Amino acid sequence: MIELGQHAEFIIGAYCGVFLGVAALIGWTIFDARRTAARLVELGDKRP
Amino acid sequence: MSIDTTPKMNWWNRLAHPGQFVQWTRPLIWPLVALTALLFAAGLYFAFFNSPADYQMGDTVRIMYVHVPTAWLSQFVYGTMAVSALGTLVWRHPMADVSMKAAAPLGAAFTAMALFTGSLWGRPTWGTFWEWDGRMTSTLILLFIYLGIVALWRAFDDQLKAARIVAIFTLVGAVNVPIIKFSVDWWSTLHQPASVFTADGPRMPGSILTPLFVMFFAFTFLFITLQLVAMHTEVKRRRVMTLERKAARGDAS
Repeated sequence: MIELGQHAEFIIGAYCGVFLGVAALIGWTIFDARRTAARLVELGDKRP
Repeated sequence: MSIDTTPKMNWWNRLAHPGQFVQWTRPLIWPLVALTALLFAAGLYFAFFNSPADYQMGDTVRIMYVHVPTAWLSQFVYGTMAVSALGTLVWRHPMADVSMKAAAPLGAAFTAMALFTGSLWGRPTWGTFWEWDGRMTSTLILLFIYLGIVALWRAFDDQLKAARIVAIFTLVGAVNVPIIKFSVDWWSTLHQPASVFTADGPRMPGSILTPLFVMFFAFTFLFITLQLVAMHTEVKRRRVMTLERKAARGDAS
């Protein structure tokens, strides 16, 4: 890891915050997609 | 000899069919995922291992590689929603309100990330996490507009009625986007003026512009990928609602 200088905690904090935000977005999008697809199967949907 | 009398459908009309839209765009998802991952890998490599510290801000300039793309997306996503709102109100395109609904939570998340990274960048460079100036306040208002739109969608069972009301609200809220853009020119502010897209060209060296542009495209492709998946989910959710209503009517009779 490179030296981030005297304000390293702000840089690391910003990247960690964005990482968590992006991970949450991706996680929620996948969860919502799977939950909705499972509900369609439950309802006996025949469409592909 | 027979004459084909079937009306010819153009791509716009074909895209109006939710099932066909999903069928046509589904093969794009995995290539988009791969491209986004590659861009993020390259962007992070440039951001941390192949770009210099700024002569004034030092290493905190590296926060720019996540702050500027998320701030750009906060406005670009709203632009996408405004165009979709026009699609709903003017052309009554069935996929327009699906796009509008799918984009709102994504836009809210990117705006929150822009505000968060901006405040962490502001503390070491300006000496404060927050200042009630034009750029920051108008971006905070944008976050509230996004949250209001998400809440509005959830307030209606009838999604077609919701789409028209949300579309009007979205178009009214669009007035905030140019305010965000030009706030740094109109009012005295701590926030720096535009330094990438200016009439005289970028005011940054190539060594800093390269990671910025790679991350810019990484976040933009992330949005496109998530937006497509969310639109597919919304199409399925509407199918679920239709089937549930049918089932309820069947039970009642």
